[in-house]
Amino acid sequence: MEAKIAIAIDDLTVAYNYKPVLWDIDLQIPEGVLMAIVGPNGAGKSTLLKSILDIIKPLAGSVTVYGKPYKKQRDLVAYVPQKGSVDWDFPTTALDVVMMGTYGALGWIKRPGSAQKKQALEALEKVGMLSFQNRQISQLSGGQQQRIFLARALVQNAAIYFMDEPFQGVDATTEKAIIQILKELRKAGKTVIVVHHDLQTVPEYFDWVTFLNVKKIATGPVADIFNDDNLTKTYGINYKASIAEGTL
Amino acid sequence: MTSAQLEIQMILSLVAVACAIPGVFLVLRKMALISDAISHSILPGIVLGFFITQDLASPLLILMATLTGVLTVVLVEYIQKTGLVKEDTAIGLVFPSLFSLGVILIARNAGDVHLDVDAVLLGEVAFAPFDRWTYQGIDLGPKSLWMIGSILLVSISLLFLFFKELKIATFDAGLAASLGFTPVGIHYGLMTVSSVTTVGAFDAIGAILVVAFMIVPAACVYLLTNNLKKMLIYAALLSVLASITGYWIAHFLDASIAGTIATVLGLVFFIIYLFAPNKGYISQWYKTKQQKVEVAMLVFMLHLANHDEEKERNKNHLQEHINWSPRLAKKVLKLAFQNNMIVEQHHIISLTKKGVDFTNKALSYISDNKNSELEGMKQNFFLFRG
Ligand SMILES: Nc1ncnc2c1ncn2[C@@H]1O[C@H](COP(=O)(O)OP(=O)(O)O)[C@@H](O)[C@H]1O
Ligand SMILES: [Mg+2]
Repeated sequence: MEAKIAIAIDDLTVAYNYKPVLWDIDLQIPEGVLMAIVGPNGAGKSTLLKSILDIIKPLAGSVTVYGKPYKKQRDLVAYVPQKGSVDWDFPTTALDVVMMGTYGALGWIKRPGSAQKKQALEALEKVGMLSFQNRQISQLSGGQQQRIFLARALVQNAAIYFMDEPFQGVDATTEKAIIQILKELRKAGKTVIVVHHDLQTVPEYFDWVTFLNVKKIATGPVADIFNDDNLTKTYGINYKASIAEGTL
Repeated sequence: MTSAQLEIQMILSLVAVACAIPGVFLVLRKMALISDAISHSILPGIVLGFFITQDLASPLLILMATLTGVLTVVLVEYIQKTGLVKEDTAIGLVFPSLFSLGVILIARNAGDVHLDVDAVLLGEVAFAPFDRWTYQGIDLGPKSLWMIGSILLVSISLLFLFFKELKIATFDAGLAASLGFTPVGIHYGLMTVSSVTTVGAFDAIGAILVVAFMIVPAACVYLLTNNLKKMLIYAALLSVLASITGYWIAHFLDASIAGTIATVLGLVFFIIYLFAPNKGYISQWYKTKQQKVEVAMLVFMLHLANHDEEKERNKNHLQEHINWSPRLAKKVLKLAFQNNMIVEQHHIISLTKKGVDFTNKALSYISDNKNSELEGMKQNFFLFRG
């Protein structure tokens, strides 16, 4: 049986200041996978997510979400940016950040009310952060901040989840908790796409993988394509030494 | 108090609040420099507008000057996007050029324009009550009051309508964009409001001091609260208070009103910078000092955990073994006793059960950053508050 395609990317080329960082990407992501995007630093992983989510305008190519342009499908998609992309000294609390997940459904001008607060509290509970709801976000540990971001995405109640390095700077307990939630999402039929940098955990966490380094190297089931050949093509000849040195 | 004095204070208060609102967002977006750029580069817009309208409170002048302000931002971003220079350089390139263009325009036409550089730079709110609007012989009050009042009304309305959008676009532009809240549009909205406010305020307090009115209150409250709404309210209150205080000080010293207010704002910032709880200098200094003692205590407890020999645990020989000054040794012992981490018997120090637990937990925290069990410890020790 052929699975439905959640995301279809055609001939996507993206450039910053006319310097292409993604070249001619063709990629189809089937519905219901838990997929890792792997590639070295600067490979364009974050850029790929941003161009799918209409945050960056591509130079060429197109992206569709369940067959339609992203703009028409925003409510199907949730996004967790790289933790480092926001200012954690911003004057706000954990609960308030999670509430931001409801803004999309609210649309312009309308304000969040008690229904939105209830959703946010439920999500906080799911990630084990309920007792931190009123904590200023700079007073949270790296792992707790990442849980807050995950809770915010859960509030979006989407069909497709994009996460940019959700395990970065996170303690082992949080990593387990997050992957547990991601696996539950997949079980519920959601599609989960994660930029991931720890190659060792790919087979354990994910069932689908995309190798990316400016171009798409390969995409498919982890069992079929997560091999030395593709790793070498993506990371260069010495990828094993690099993993051992921890420089990847 | 005369009615002119009352009017001046009203104008100043409205200017103060009007500046504080965009100022909070500029500070949170780390764009304080942009307000400096805008405040200077609106000059040619003001001068050209003045040539045409001969009226500093004319809507056309405000429009032209505002466009110059937004143009500044566009130019800065354009130059920055070429990737040839950094943002601060781009700002430094744009605003002096536009500003000097304004100065030249004034100088070339000094004869037939009642506009001098001093007035534009420093403002003269004391004259504001003389320039009034009348309608069929009825006095409606100073033009400045109407102008800045209208600007403030618009900016408060926008703040109420788009508070959520401003917040998300400022905190997480990526998410805002993915949700369809066009952070670029919000950015330019904020730049437009900042420009209009600067234009509206420069008549009263001068182009240069507008920057103080925008940035200083926001910087003050940033040190005082962790809540965006409170930041906005406190910034508004604080700047009104500083304006009225500054006005009366200037009155008694016979000094420049705007200059005195800016000085008051500066002093207020200095005091808050020193004494703010949590984020202030003194509180930070105390925290660092305390952390040092806490680390030392942990080292000491580790030493106790690792040594059974009594000679290593003798209170009077600690200095030799751990190589600490007597002062530090005393502080460490005091802290450890206070927290029931250690007990002393015949000068021999041992860890209590609590001390052993604490040492183990702290060690695992430091080695693998696994902090879920540390919540209780955070209350008592700065060390674990990150
Ligand atoms: N805003 C930007 N402006 C210019 N270049 C950028 C910008 N963001 C990323 N880049 C460049 O694009 C390339 C890909 O970046 P990114 O997508 O963040 O890579 P990854 O997430 O795989 O580490 C890098 O070379 C990076 O320096
Ligand atoms: Mg990245």
